Amino acid sequence: MTIDLKTVKHISKLSRISVDEEKAKKLEKDLNSIFKFIEKLNQLNTGKVDPLTSVADTVLQLRKDEIKSLNIRDQILKNSPEDNKDFFVVPKVVE
Amino acid sequence: MNGILDLTLVKLVEKIKNRELSSEEVTKTFIDRSQKSKKLNVYITENFDKALEEAKNFDQKPDFKKKLAGIPIAVKDLFCTKDLKTTAASKILENFIPTYESTITDNLWKEGGILLGKLNCDEFAMGSSNETSYFGNVQSPLGANLVPGGSSGGSASALAANLTPITIGTDTGGSIRQPASFTGTVGLKPTYGSCSRYGIVAFASSLDQAGPMTKDVKDCSLLFEVISSYDKKDSTSVDFKRGNYLNNLTNSIKGKKIGIPKEYRVDGMSKEIEELWQKGVNILKDAGAEVIDISLPNTSYALPAYYIVAPAEASSNLARYDGVKYGFRAKGDNLIDMYEKTRSEGFGNEVKRRIMIGTYVLSSGYYDAYYLKAQKVRRLIKNDFDDAYKKVDAILTPSTPNSAFKIGEKTNDPVSMYLNDIFTVPVNLAGIPAISIPAGHDSNGLPLGLQIIGKAFDEQNILNIAFSMEQQIKFKNKITDWWI
Repeated sequence: MTIDLKTVKHISKLSRISVDEEKAKKLEKDLNSIFKFIEKLNQLNTGKVDPLTSVADTVLQLRKDEIKSLNIRDQILKNSPEDNKDFFVVPKVVE
Repeated sequence: MNGILDLTLVKLVEKIKNRELSSEEVTKTFIDRSQKSKKLNVYITENFDKALEEAKNFDQKPDFKKKLAGIPIAVKDLFCTKDLKTTAASKILENFIPTYESTITDNLWKEGGILLGKLNCDEFAMGSSNETSYFGNVQSPLGANLVPGGSSGGSASALAANLTPITIGTDTGGSIRQPASFTGTVGLKPTYGSCSRYGIVAFASSLDQAGPMTKDVKDCSLLFEVISSYDKKDSTSVDFKRGNYLNNLTNSIKGKKIGIPKEYRVDGMSKEIEELWQKGVNILKDAGAEVIDISLPNTSYALPAYYIVAPAEASSNLARYDGVKYGFRAKGDNLIDMYEKTRSEGFGNEVKRRIMIGTYVLSSGYYDAYYLKAQKVRRLIKNDFDDAYKKVDAILTPSTPNSAFKIGEKTNDPVSMYLNDIFTVPVNLAGIPAISIPAGHDSNGLPLGLQIIGKAFDEQNILNIAFSMEQQIKFKNKITDWWI
């Protein structure tokens, strides 16, 4: 299958990455060559195969809900995009 | 050349413990050379002043019981270091200062290691040439305008150029082994679950694994011993008894059964790689190993499956970079516009491409055809290895299909770049360990590597095989200090 310009723009919307017309055209070319490569998988019959989701042979362990780092509010706030003193100042993200 | 720079980790530790060298002397020597090597562009963040201070502190109150007593170490900038900038070579994390330490680096410091600085890499570890970094490409010490490989390209370059005695990389599809192969160094991708992923900037969580990059196999064994640990903070960390990999290292591999998978003899493989592989076979036979032809029938499907699984996981992991609570934020007319501009300006082209591939293969209507299909193929790849290991103890292949290429040579064609990882990717999909060791040179004098693949948690075995081969190969890196 091929990915057309409309699909590229749809994927960019889903990915929350804006692309201009020129970038979209370049992506169309790149994505098509990548998907052409990926589609080799269609040669394989995988009807009865179980999907492998993880190679780690582990069972999720519960651990105590303990406080490990205290009094690092300032350090954490320093990483926020706006210069905040006491709170995170964020754009409104819920309607 | 200065003697200190040429010493291996094991020798440096020995000399520091014998008080023949001080940590300060060693640290200063590596800092001085790093200062003269800015052209290689290996450091994103230097920690030189603090490193010297710490080295002096170590010398005043030395603890010689520690395995990395007073050793300076630069690490890939994908490991969170408390109170020191960690960028993943991305604009979106350009000013990110972690409030916590990754378990791997914590293990280094607990054993007496001293942080020299944070090393350049491909953005979010996505790349095979270190050309996708927001902070510019890394030069290889092997030659001007040559890529060091990637994504742990800064690590490989810094190590090969003697700017750090050892280093740590991460390997999602070959990001330790391919640059190790390109720079004539040793790189180990451990079994999935052996080294904690806590505090490592996530790329593809079911594939990511950190590992040692060193000058020889002894150093690799020691460093692996230090970084591998069970960690409750990583839910995929496996609780098993870790060995004394260095103490148990032996070059006796008599009777070991080594498989040669015919599917790795890919179309268009160069004669040089073919000969290198044969040289490896002969060396193993000389050491008394039994070499057996095997088949890993689904090998050619590994790379296409990887380019579904890894981007899918990346698109999910990188959804957190939205400009709201941390990282770079662009101005937007409304919330959605802010998200889209933040991610468009904050990520580089390769990262955006992979997020988009991942988003697409996970999207409604395509999930079964791509993502589920790839997970089924992943099962087949793992079954191939499981079947092979009924007959053999380890597998020998080339590490890469070619030696290091020129900067810019493959940047316009993503698929030709991806093909670099054709021999390394199957190992990540199966979660098993593999080591790349330098094994020869191509006609231009550039290093070529061989890869030894092992069973899950059988690192000691592949380290032993690598150790035995290393002693017979007697590889010498041809580095001319062209950048100084």
